[in-house]
Amino acid sequence: MISSQIQLASYLFASILFILSLGGLSSQESAKRGVLYGIIGMVIAIASTVLGDNVEGHVYIIVAIAIASVIGMTVARKVEMTSMPQLVAILHSFVGLAAVLVGFGSYLDPHTQTLTGVDHNIHYVEVYIGIFIGAITFTGSIVAWGKLQGTITSKALLYPGRHIVNLVLLLICIVLAVLFTQSDGTSGILYLYIMTAISLFIGVMLVMAIGGADMPVVVSMLNSYSGWAAAAAGFMLGNDLLIVTGALVGSSGAILSIIMCEAMNRSFWSVIFGGFGTTVSSSSEEISGSVNSMDHEEVSEMLQNAESVVIVPGYGMAVAKAQYPVFEMLEVLRKAGKNVRFGIHPVAGRLPGHMNVLLAEANVPYDIVLEMDEINDDLPETDVVLVIGANDIVNPGAQEDASSPIYGMPVLEVWKSAQVVVMKRSMATGYAGVQNPLFYKENTFMLYGDAKDSVDKINQFIKK
Amino acid sequence: MKVGIPKEVVSGEFRVGATPKTVKRLRKQGFEVLVQDSAGQNARFSNEEYVNSGASIVENAEILYSDSDIILKVQAVRPEEIDLMHSGQVSLSYLNPAQNLELLQLLADKGVNAVAMDTIPRISRAQKMDVLSSMANIAGYRSVIEAANHFGRFLNGQITAAGKVDPAKVLVIGAGVAGLAAIGTAKSLGAIVRAFDTRKEVEEQILSMGAQFLEVEIDEDGATDSGYSKVMSQAFIDAEMALFKEQAREVDIIITTAQIPGREAPKLVLEDHVAVMKPGSIIVDLAASSGGNCVLTRNNEIYTTENGVTIIGKLDQLPSQASQLYGNNLCHLLDDMGKAEGFNINMDDDVVKRAMVTYNGKVNWPPEPLPVRSTPKVKPIETIDLKEKEISDNKKKSRSTAISLVFIAALLYLLGMVAPSDFMGHFTVFVLSVFVGWQVIWNVSHSLHTPLMAVTNAISGIIIIGGLLQTSSSLSDPLTILAFIAILVASINIVGGFLVTHRMLKMFRK
Repeated sequence: MISSQIQLASYLFASILFILSLGGLSSQESAKRGVLYGIIGMVIAIASTVLGDNVEGHVYIIVAIAIASVIGMTVARKVEMTSMPQLVAILHSFVGLAAVLVGFGSYLDPHTQTLTGVDHNIHYVEVYIGIFIGAITFTGSIVAWGKLQGTITSKALLYPGRHIVNLVLLLICIVLAVLFTQSDGTSGILYLYIMTAISLFIGVMLVMAIGGADMPVVVSMLNSYSGWAAAAAGFMLGNDLLIVTGALVGSSGAILSIIMCEAMNRSFWSVIFGGFGTTVSSSSEEISGSVNSMDHEEVSEMLQNAESVVIVPGYGMAVAKAQYPVFEMLEVLRKAGKNVRFGIHPVAGRLPGHMNVLLAEANVPYDIVLEMDEINDDLPETDVVLVIGANDIVNPGAQEDASSPIYGMPVLEVWKSAQVVVMKRSMATGYAGVQNPLFYKENTFMLYGDAKDSVDKINQFIKK
Repeated sequence: MKVGIPKEVVSGEFRVGATPKTVKRLRKQGFEVLVQDSAGQNARFSNEEYVNSGASIVENAEILYSDSDIILKVQAVRPEEIDLMHSGQVSLSYLNPAQNLELLQLLADKGVNAVAMDTIPRISRAQKMDVLSSMANIAGYRSVIEAANHFGRFLNGQITAAGKVDPAKVLVIGAGVAGLAAIGTAKSLGAIVRAFDTRKEVEEQILSMGAQFLEVEIDEDGATDSGYSKVMSQAFIDAEMALFKEQAREVDIIITTAQIPGREAPKLVLEDHVAVMKPGSIIVDLAASSGGNCVLTRNNEIYTTENGVTIIGKLDQLPSQASQLYGNNLCHLLDDMGKAEGFNINMDDDVVKRAMVTYNGKVNWPPEPLPVRSTPKVKPIETIDLKEKEISDNKKKSRSTAISLVFIAALLYLLGMVAPSDFMGHFTVFVLSVFVGWQVIWNVSHSLHTPLMAVTNAISGIIIIGGLLQTSSSLSDPLTILAFIAILVASINIVGGFLVTHRMLKMFRK
């Protein structure tokens, strides 16, 4: 058994390892090492806790960890990269659930019931806040998972006066908090139950109000919440390692949310309070003009004549699982000496960085997968841009039409290249419900059909 | 629906209304295609190629005209061809209606619905059908090639062991489609290119092609709503002539492309201009067929003047290339008119009503003018003193930072008044960790954001410690059950999160 000083020292070491682990993700080369640091940190943290004096019931601990390991390993092995967003969302909900359980546990713990005065109040507030955040994260993530999985409609559920309802619920929670902190022993458990129910409900409504393509923001926001929930648990247990880790994860999620918001030109608050995408229904003016379409053979000819090609993938590529034929196409074109690169918009897909993972899965080398800012300057010198299943992120209206709902959102300026081919199932609008003037440009050609089919057909022609 | 491609009868016309490639497109649009025997011969397309693309070969013009519903031609039909046509037939070709009113009447009397491809209005929707542009593009390219062919020197400058070669200087007059194509071609051959146009708006296009834009000092804009330029004032013309004279002394090659539809080409290069040119210089006159921009041009002839200037009034048409582009233009028009299945003549359509010069037995010429193009007036940009703005922004920023710092300090002070020291210790750790996290995460590469989320999933499983501390040795204790579940879900996070991150990172390769 190890002393509490040694335990604290191990916690400090684990914190350092966690920071290094996140720092490692700054580049692909150091990222694998980063994961190793994280694993070592976790093992040290768990081991030093379990070996501490005040831990009992080792059997149960081992059983729980064993069962969880089997589940975790199976899930991690089997999950498809296209379903990564769902996995991330459901894992967030686990953290939320754990935070709720630990909160109740801490409240019921006989050790903490001897606290008096300020200590008593502070501890109760910590428990209360921990459970509150945990519960919101728990149900919010489950709803997010359902939306990503498709079991819950991905449309935003909006009802009039929802802001007022949320506000009233929040006020009730605050009143309950006052009553709760004034109660002694476990007599306040009823308040805790009511508050938990309310916050579970808030979690559901918060995410229900957010629509499909805004999921990157929601998922990163829930990522942040799960961190704060862990930090809150750290406060109630007086455990610095939990606080440090929670704060790291919380700020990580917050930064991701900010990046996503900037990429969509929306304010952070409008996302957190939901109702995101409501202004969109005011449709912008009809665009007149004709749309040029092409068939697969013509597109393949165009590709064969091009020297530089940029591929802009969107969620449509993920849905159609077109990344594998895209890689085949890449191979053929690169063998022919063409400069082929990918341009990724920060909000392409349903998770920050989702497109990068999908392309990596299909073996696309990461050094030709570029960010929006890196590729935008090169687009005017590009011969052909292939837009695969993306819409709003290549909408010139964001720059040209001040009345457009997405005006001001940074976009990939694909229309500046010599020719653009847009692969799309139909002329339907993208998530934002905005007409896309790109389709009416003279140098834009539409290629209708399922993205995977289309790429496969093009491949047949260019392989000849 | 049958589309017929007759052999061109005008001598010297090597182009054809459809190439094997455009036949393929027509077939895709649902048309049946008939091609007259050896129609593509002069453009180097064999009967066999047409057949391979899905056309059938027809022996002679009589059968072709009687069997086809739509005729695709290059040159205007001759009266003897009209005899072969029948009522309701649609024909697509050049017609030059302003000069050919009698021919229009003949077509109308026969009941032929004739489209004059050369009157397709210049609006953006119709650009893909604009044969004048596509043919001008070829002419512009060819003009430089022709000039280079007759020019006795390199076009580009070189420094060789044998000595230095100066680059040729090329002047392009008129920067329409042909002019711009000529500029591009001459530039890519290495010449120094200058260009002149009465329309100010083309300056940018000229500069973008890499040529120098020449100007006269009189402020007058020759742009019109039709996209062509207008006739300029006398003062302007005088200044223009003086400029050309000055340039004629210097340049080696002059390419003129100035044409005004329905009129004789303006005379821009006069005798005294030619007189001052250096021996061996070249003039290529793309307006030769409408009278020539140079007074000395002889249509369809290449000759050298007494002072050694070669004047080219005849250009090869690049028949294969030209037929291809012309055929594409025709395909686009047929596409717009509903392809084979939905083929209809919609006289309300902006393009069709202007190009369909005879319809239902009536001559439909001249067409109604195009609606006036509304050029958006560019608003003068409000000039704000940037530096001042920056300074005031900075001031504002530092003021708001100061305010928020004071606010935070006050808040912390209040917290310190009530909170026990134990809590303050944890709070310190918390705030500092947020700052550390903030710094570290901004460095994470965008492409690794998904692995970042997975790894934060894993490490937020650290909440397992809460469960570990709460387990007791008796399972009947509700506390232990809560803790057991907490440990279970948190461990799923840890194991699943780390494993899936590892799996993802393994996929990233250079």
